[in-house]
Amino acid sequence: MNSTLFVLASLDGLSYAALVFLVSVGLSLIFGVLRIVNVAHGSLYAFGAYLAASLSLLVTPISPWLTYPALLVASLVIGIVAGGLIERLLLSRVYGREEVLQLLITFAVFMIMDNLQRMIWGVQPIYAAEPLKLLPNVSIFGVSYTSYQVIVLPAVAVLALFGLRYFLRRTLMGSVILAVTEDREAATAIGINAQKVYLITFIIGATLAALGGALASPTTSLVPGMGTEMIVLSFAVAATAGLGQIEGTAITALAIGMARAFVIYLQPEFEVLVPYLIMVAVLLVRPEGLFGATKLRKI
Amino acid sequence: MASRSPALAWMLAAVVVAAGVIPILIPSMATLVVLILAKGIVVLGIIILLQAGQVSFGHAMFFAAGSYTAGFWGKYLGVGDLMTYLVVGPVVATLLGLLVGLFVVRYREIFFGMLNLAFSMVLWSLLEKMFHLTNGADGMRVPRPTVFGMTFSPDNFQYVLLYLTLAIAIAATFAVQRFLESPTGNMLRAIKSNETRLEYLGVSARRILLIGYVISAGLGGIGGVLVAVAQQIATPEFAYWTKSGEFVFIAILGGVGNALGAFAGSAVFELVRFYASAQLANSWQLILGVVLITIILFAPNGLIGLWKRQRAARDES
Repeated sequence: MNSTLFVLASLDGLSYAALVFLVSVGLSLIFGVLRIVNVAHGSLYAFGAYLAASLSLLVTPISPWLTYPALLVASLVIGIVAGGLIERLLLSRVYGREEVLQLLITFAVFMIMDNLQRMIWGVQPIYAAEPLKLLPNVSIFGVSYTSYQVIVLPAVAVLALFGLRYFLRRTLMGSVILAVTEDREAATAIGINAQKVYLITFIIGATLAALGGALASPTTSLVPGMGTEMIVLSFAVAATAGLGQIEGTAITALAIGMARAFVIYLQPEFEVLVPYLIMVAVLLVRPEGLFGATKLRKI
Repeated sequence: MASRSPALAWMLAAVVVAAGVIPILIPSMATLVVLILAKGIVVLGIIILLQAGQVSFGHAMFFAAGSYTAGFWGKYLGVGDLMTYLVVGPVVATLLGLLVGLFVVRYREIFFGMLNLAFSMVLWSLLEKMFHLTNGADGMRVPRPTVFGMTFSPDNFQYVLLYLTLAIAIAATFAVQRFLESPTGNMLRAIKSNETRLEYLGVSARRILLIGYVISAGLGGIGGVLVAVAQQIATPEFAYWTKSGEFVFIAILGGVGNALGAFAGSAVFELVRFYASAQLANSWQLILGVVLITIILFAPNGLIGLWKRQRAARDES
């Protein structure tokens, strides 16, 4: 592998890791607070991507620069509307029920959204690369790469990482969320509305998934299976990091993104295997994930 | 357990008669009934694990192991015998189950589910990427096998397959019901209610779960062989995580308290899919999703639970 390929693979890995991080951290946050693995998370990612592409294509004739706000609007709409509906109508009814039922209700949402996606946007690939083309290319160690992918995407990911950290650790709402996570009963006893906390958390997580999809839409063609692939990948990242670990998710997303990018250049047929092999290897040694805390057994 | 009640025994008899007779009247139903029964057999395995409170989101890997056994046999060894498939397929699935099981039984709940998912996705991508061995995403054709060395015409073969599947399904149902009522089955349930106390009794919870896991993997293999033979193909999709989700879905739909639930759930699932995809082009997933939500929110014990509740209400009045 020569130096050009090395730089190329690193940049691929970086831009990919940024997207994966956004989706995974949303999944991890939802699990950390609601204790539910959201199987429909990949569908929120796909909906974010498709809506962003539709809006982009809609505003491009007016001014191509409007596509950037379109990406943001799409993720907020999906996050707040779809996320809010899922939490209020369905999840809020299964809190405290058996884990398998909670998992399956999000699986049902996945089935419905997957079907809706095909009804609304069809099965033909959709391209909306305007936001990618507007920004100039940058040259990094002699390799020309789109600045959208190596600057904008990582910047958004870093912003999301620090934004989440600040929100959870420095704001009142963040403290309230952490309190509910720590001990729901005690938090409710001092007057915290746990229902509201769950709703807000789910909306934030869903918005992050949709944002990941919206930002990914200019870089790839949108195809029906994109959500199903993303959900297992973000599971792998979140579980490898340790569910509920925000910083850990960032590091793991970077590691898995990089590993995948290098494997694509070296041994393309094993690309899909990488995240799962890493996940299996890590969980066999550290069941709680790389950054997770050990859980005590209760009698 | 409930299968001892006469009402359920009658229902079992009715189901068996329906599965055996309807396809004679409507020949086009034969393959559909085979699929229902075969998937029901896989779901029996999911129900075993659910007794221990563990949900596997990767059981499709054993299903695929059974299907691909038939596929590989057909491609590399020539047309085989259905009986050979039905022995070798489950053996392969069981061995795979032992191998994976040794790892995953150390984990519980979400980690158990996710590790299973990861293993099945590894198998899925291997099946898809090893193009020269497995034909990749196109899948492997499974030519119509002989049965006990005899060759059948397509029409006759579908009935042979149907009654064989029915016999296996009945045997598997009784075997699983017996297993769940056995001491090991009860210990399996104890993993769900209180694993630590189970271990205080000197029982290795991991060993118990491994036994259940390996049995469920074998059942997955049987179902996989039958579906591959019925559809004459094995594709990587058989190992994909959505397939695993489907099996868990069917288990919840039917009701996990009873082995019969597997077939009730499977019948509703396949019938909805069959008729919805025929009548309302491409919305079967949406309909099934809504059915699943309705079941979870309003009938957490599944169809069998609904049926029992109705009977209880009628007996009271």
